[in-house]
Amino acid sequence: MFKKTNEKIYHWMDERFNLTPLIEYMQHKQVPVHKHSVWYYMGGVALFLFIVQVCSGILLLLYYQPGVDSSYESVRFIMTKVNFGWLVRSVHSWSANLMVFFVFVHMFSTFFTRAFQKPRELTWVTGFILLALAMGFGFSGYLLPWDELAFFATKVGTDIAGAVPFIGEAIKIVLRGGEDVTGATLSRFYAIHVAMIPALFTVILSLHLLFVQRQGMHEPDYYKNLKPEQKKTIPFFPNFVLRDVLLWLIVLNVLLFLAVYFPWELGPKADPFASAPEGIRPEWYFMFMFQSLKLLPAHVWFMEGEVAGILLFSVAGLAWMLTPFWSIKFDKSARFNPMLFIGIAVIAFIIFMTILGYLM
Amino acid sequence: MSTSRRKFINLLLGGGLLGWLGSIFYPVFSYLKPPPVPEANVNSVKAGPVADFPKNSGKIIKFGRKPVILIKMDTGELRAFSATCTHLDCIVQYRDDSKQIWCACHNGIYDLRGRNVSGPPPRPLDEFAVNIVNDEIIVSKMKEIG
Repeated sequence: MFKKTNEKIYHWMDERFNLTPLIEYMQHKQVPVHKHSVWYYMGGVALFLFIVQVCSGILLLLYYQPGVDSSYESVRFIMTKVNFGWLVRSVHSWSANLMVFFVFVHMFSTFFTRAFQKPRELTWVTGFILLALAMGFGFSGYLLPWDELAFFATKVGTDIAGAVPFIGEAIKIVLRGGEDVTGATLSRFYAIHVAMIPALFTVILSLHLLFVQRQGMHEPDYYKNLKPEQKKTIPFFPNFVLRDVLLWLIVLNVLLFLAVYFPWELGPKADPFASAPEGIRPEWYFMFMFQSLKLLPAHVWFMEGEVAGILLFSVAGLAWMLTPFWSIKFDKSARFNPMLFIGIAVIAFIIFMTILGYLM
Repeated sequence: MSTSRRKFINLLLGGGLLGWLGSIFYPVFSYLKPPPVPEANVNSVKAGPVADFPKNSGKIIKFGRKPVILIKMDTGELRAFSATCTHLDCIVQYRDDSKQIWCACHNGIYDLRGRNVSGPPPRPLDEFAVNIVNDEIIVSKMKEIG
């Protein structure tokens, strides 16, 4: 009886939307199985965490009130009075951090397996834009509780934007909604965090996923050279999807463990007329840039240190985004693989600067 | 004849499109730029009685909408500087152990004349004049020289 109803519904839909080819496409799509297959799941984990972000974010919206006199108070209200409010906020913060982490893992695994090469250049570029947007999410969301740490991190972050030659001052004022970080900044960051970036992110993410679906999984070189009968694969649907879902379940458990046992804290309320407290630091994924800026001398060549730093990071970021268009081909006869070297150098720099940032 | 007519039409349409885009984006970008908030021109503020302010300490006072750091040195001499770090806009503090002005954000250090002595700050802190009138501390903007 139940089966019959299901079939009826399917036929009704199929008649109108021609679903059968879509299902067949998913069933015929094969995912390669090899020793690096594990990296195929990292993007999926990031996607899952993004979904968690959207859901927990919507829940927070029900109680959060942006404003100098209400932001901090409403977050405290969520954490102390609302049923499970502490859990929702903690999940939102933790999954944000985990999402950025998995986006980084996903990106570097793509880099090292050279999956960005033709024909997947635009998948890489959209992925990089998603990373930038995710960091924008983190930066704008950090201010919203309006605590001391958030306030100074935003002052520093927007001031860095202000150091960009020519247009920096205008960017700073538009971001801050005035000369200083005030309630106007809070309103703007709120709009950016809950409306502008989500809209952009959804569009770019859809493109990214569309590209992946259209082109299928990237096959590493040695796998590509195998004879067709030696290539092990599993169907995308249901085998790969089910494994994805199982991993999502594991990630959800880790996330809940972290949120429950290491709940996210709320510092003292921001005071625009108090000295910056010791230990002002940005989120960990900005730490390597923050630390590099800290180490630069006041003047580099003819520029102020921070201007030189920003210029350097902008150029490096742009180069990284355009990796598929300049990447050096690895000649198998040569022992030295330049792209491997570049990737390891970038990771080593990020890790070293991050650790230094937390130690100093 | 027909190509020049086509060119003319294309120019007209292209120009129209540009004008149309401009008429959409100009108001949007102008909207993003916050209107100036009228600011009372503060020239001096009272910072409390001298006796209430211990030696070898500093405090942040409101100078209009800007923070100013007021320091009383071991000798009892009072000095005031803009409290906004010239590096990245954090608010500095007085360190009673090293007797320096310190910014916690990036470890910038100024001496007690506001000069940037170490760390990333590129410029000294602006100095403010401190006067004592009837036992009350008055912090005011430095008179422009010349």
